[in-house]
Parts: sequence; C-alpha cells; structure tokens
Amino acid sequence: MSIRRGSLLAVIGPNGAGKSTLLKIMAGLIAPRAGTVEILGGPPGRYARRVAYVPQAELVDWAFPVTVAEVVMMGRYTAIGIGRRPGPHDHDLVDRALATVGMSDARDRQIGALSGGQRRRVFLARALAAEPELYLLDEPVTGVDATTQEDLMDVLEAEARAGKTVIATTHDLACAAHRFQQALLINRRVVAIGPAKDLVLDQRLLAETYGGHVLILPDLTGGTLVIDDAHHHDQAPGHEPHYHEEAPR
Amino acid sequence: MIDLVVGPLSYGFMQRGLLAALIVGIVCAVMGAFVVLKGLAFIGDAVSHAAFPGLVVAYLIGIPLYIGGAVAAVLTALAIGVVSRRGSLRFDTAVGVLFAGTFAFGILLFSTIRGFVADLFGYLLGNVLGIGLGDLIQVAVLGAVVLIVVLVLRKELLFATFDPAGAAASGLPVTRLEYLLLALLGVTIVVSIQAVGIILVVAMLVTPAATAQLVVIRFDRLVALAVAIAVVSTILGLYLSFYLNVASGASIVLIETLAFGAALVFSPRSGALSGRRRSGVIAPTG
Repeated sequence: MSIRRGSLLAVIGPNGAGKSTLLKIMAGLIAPRAGTVEILGGPPGRYARRVAYVPQAELVDWAFPVTVAEVVMMGRYTAIGIGRRPGPHDHDLVDRALATVGMSDARDRQIGALSGGQRRRVFLARALAAEPELYLLDEPVTGVDATTQEDLMDVLEAEARAGKTVIATTHDLACAAHRFQQALLINRRVVAIGPAKDLVLDQRLLAETYGGHVLILPDLTGGTLVIDDAHHHDQAPGHEPHYHEEAPR
Repeated sequence: MIDLVVGPLSYGFMQRGLLAALIVGIVCAVMGAFVVLKGLAFIGDAVSHAAFPGLVVAYLIGIPLYIGGAVAAVLTALAIGVVSRRGSLRFDTAVGVLFAGTFAFGILLFSTIRGFVADLFGYLLGNVLGIGLGDLIQVAVLGAVVLIVVLVLRKELLFATFDPAGAAASGLPVTRLEYLLLALLGVTIVVSIQAVGIILVVAMLVTPAATAQLVVIRFDRLVALAVAIAVVSTILGLYLSFYLNVASGASIVLIETLAFGAALVFSPRSGALSGRRRSGVIAPTG
C-alpha cells in the first residue's frame, strides 16, 4: 500500500492490531520484522526532521517539570541544533502553534496541571512547531471531549489541505468516518485501505477487522450506526483511564 | 562570628575539602536532575557500589584508585544500559543482581588485603577533608567535563529524558544520549566517592534534585535550585563536620536530607501544608 502526500488517514483496528507499532515503524523507532517501509522517499528515520511523531498520552511522564511552552519548543530542537539556543523564529513558531491549538494562555503551566484534552492540544502544538511534512499521531483524540476533538480535527484538516500528510490511529469509528478522508483497517495485517466513509460503514470489513467486537446497529435514518467497543477490551490494570475534559486540578 | 566562618579556612585541608565538596555537590546536583527525572536513583546506587571492586583492583595492581573506580563505574553503567534494552528480566531485578554481585566481588578482593587499608575505608565512607591537591585537580577536571557536556547537550538530554520516543522520532540519537548519560553518571559517581563515599553518593545525586522537584515546575529552575541546595548544604555540612568533629560526607547528606524534609512539609507547590495536594505530581515514574 502507499499513502499519498496530503492524505488525512485514520488507522483503525482493535487493541493489539498493530496500530501503534505501525506508527512507530513509520517514525523509525522500531524496525519492521518483515517488508519494507519508505517514508518521504527514504527509510524511516532518515528524514526525521520532516516528520513529527506524537506518542500515546499514557507514555508521557506528566509529572515532569516542564511547562507547556517548553514542551512545544521541543518540536524545534532538532531544527535548532546541538549546543544552540532557540532563536526568534523558533519562539514565533511556538507562539503560533500554541495559538492554533488554543493554548496560548496556558504557556507557563506545568504539563501535569492540564486536563487530558489540553495535553493532547499541547502535543499537537509540539508537532505543529516542528513544521513537518508528515504527522504520525498515536490516538490524538482518544478520550477527549467533543469540542476538543472537533478543534484538533480542524487543525489536522487544515494541515492536510496545506499539503501535509496526517496519519493518526484512532478507536473512534464515528470520528474516522466523519473527519478523515481515508482509513486503513488493520488487524495484524492490512484488511483494507480506502475512503474512510466507505470502509467504516462496511460491516463485512469491520467484522473482519474487529473479529466480531463491533456492534453494528441499523440507524433509523437509513444509515448505519456503529458502536465501537473495542477499546474497552483488555484495558490492563494500571493503565491510565480514558481522559475526560475537565477543569484543571 | 567572622572568625567562626573564616577561621577554618586558614587550614589547607579545609580549603581543599570545601572546594572539592562544592564541585562534587554541584556536579551531583546537575546530574541528579536527570537521575531523579529518569528514575535512575537505584542505578546510581548500583554504579557507586560497582566502583568498589575497581578501586580494590587498582589498589592491588598499584594504579591510581580513581582510574580503577572510573573504569568499573562506567562499565557497570553501560552494562546496565545494555541489560535494560534486553528486557527479559525486570530492570530493577537485573540491576539488583549486578549491583550486589559486583560489590561482593569487591569485598572478596578487599578481604585478601592483609591489615587495615585506610584508603579503601576512605572510599567506603568518604573523607573529603583528607583530599590531596592531586585528587582535587582530578575532581575539578572531571567535574568540569561532566558539566560542560551536560550544558552543551542540555536541550537534547532534556527532550530524550522527557519523551524518548518523540525525541528519537524527531531525529535525536536517543540511544547514544542515554548511554552518554549513564557514562556521565559513572564519572560523576567516581568523582563523588572521595567526598561522601560509596554508600552516600546516591544521596548527593538524588536529594537536592528531589527537593527542587517539590518546589519548582521548570527544568532549568529545578537544576538551579538543586545546585543552590547542594552548595548551601555542602558549606554548612563541612563547617558542622569541622566544629563537631563528625564525618564530613554524612554531615552534608544529613543537611540535604533536612532540606528535603522542609520542602516536603512547606513547599507551596506540593508540601503537606500547601492545602491543595495534587496527587501524581510528585509520584515517581517508570
């Protein structure tokens, strides 16, 4: 399969399907066990400065003593270079990224003091500040409220329209159908790739992807209502529960 | 009053000791920020104990003890890095095995030495007031090397510590940075052993940074505050040691520990009296 530049692609599949692994391979963090991957015309990792990767929220140490603005500035670090300090251009990009995701007012807060939705906004801002050609986002809208989800998707849509490629994993089939152009269904192998609306509403493909874990209800308006319960399975104890947008503690 | 402060400095051993302890305190505080944030405290303890067989071997074959200790400490730090990448055992289990094993090897070798060996006891418990000029120069040079490397790679080490996956994906050589950090930790520990001894090195590394983490929310300020705590504790500790004739390393560590206790109670950010305790903000991670 190949993904065109400017795509807005949702990677969909049950837990353990390899969504995060696929993203990590594309980011050059782990080597594929078989097959070859080419990113921006080279092996993964070669053009790392043109790629922004955002890990899952659970993998981040939220107690870490960094502020929102510092986290976003990290997106600039490789461009700034070793032994050099951020310049006016870098500060400018950080300010703009924070404004884009609506977090300008929170710039001096410690990241642990943010709500789940705000944390996702900050990490998307970090990716924006890197000015990448390719976004690799691991569950950027999981567990956030509807407003945050819409805001973040607006930002991603704008990036895709500007010719950037966005690849995001998601558990949210409704979001994938409504907000993504394309979808990639995987379950340890590629089940299907194509227009998001067509794939997500295709009961046979979904059954194949989820192995019967998706509840598909006929909708009164004639469409199909899909209720995805996949992310409620094998939630290991100790895992951070899903976020809910809430007032910062 | 002035005499109480200046008086001790008329002794050469006190001048050298204070200078050495300050360098050690500062280097430990800076490295300690990474140790605390990366959860390397146990590794620091392991590496300092693993330096022991290196010191004994160096003594037995008649090379400078520092070199033996440094080789053993850095090798152990890097070995821990390798073990942590394999991952068939729990990481702290592997470190525990390595740490006890190397220290046992040191004790075994030590027990073959006939008679009392003051030098080696000095390394177990530290005696910064007994430091010679040559050792002081070594401490200064190695300490400067560690500080310069950390200063130059500050951004990259911070990013790799905070979000290794994001840092690696953005093109930073995270694996090499982690090994570098472990090697720097090894050097720091060997430099510090002279001041506070193998057993207390981990306190010099962890306590100032841990105290600072209770108070501030920015990395730069955490490092600055940790250094300040280390400097004040070192000065107070050495004077305490001078006037009360008690062990210098232990005095420094105890004062740092008191500072930690004070922060635990009084910190406006997370102290027991702050009134708005945020669970999780100071929880240890990974």
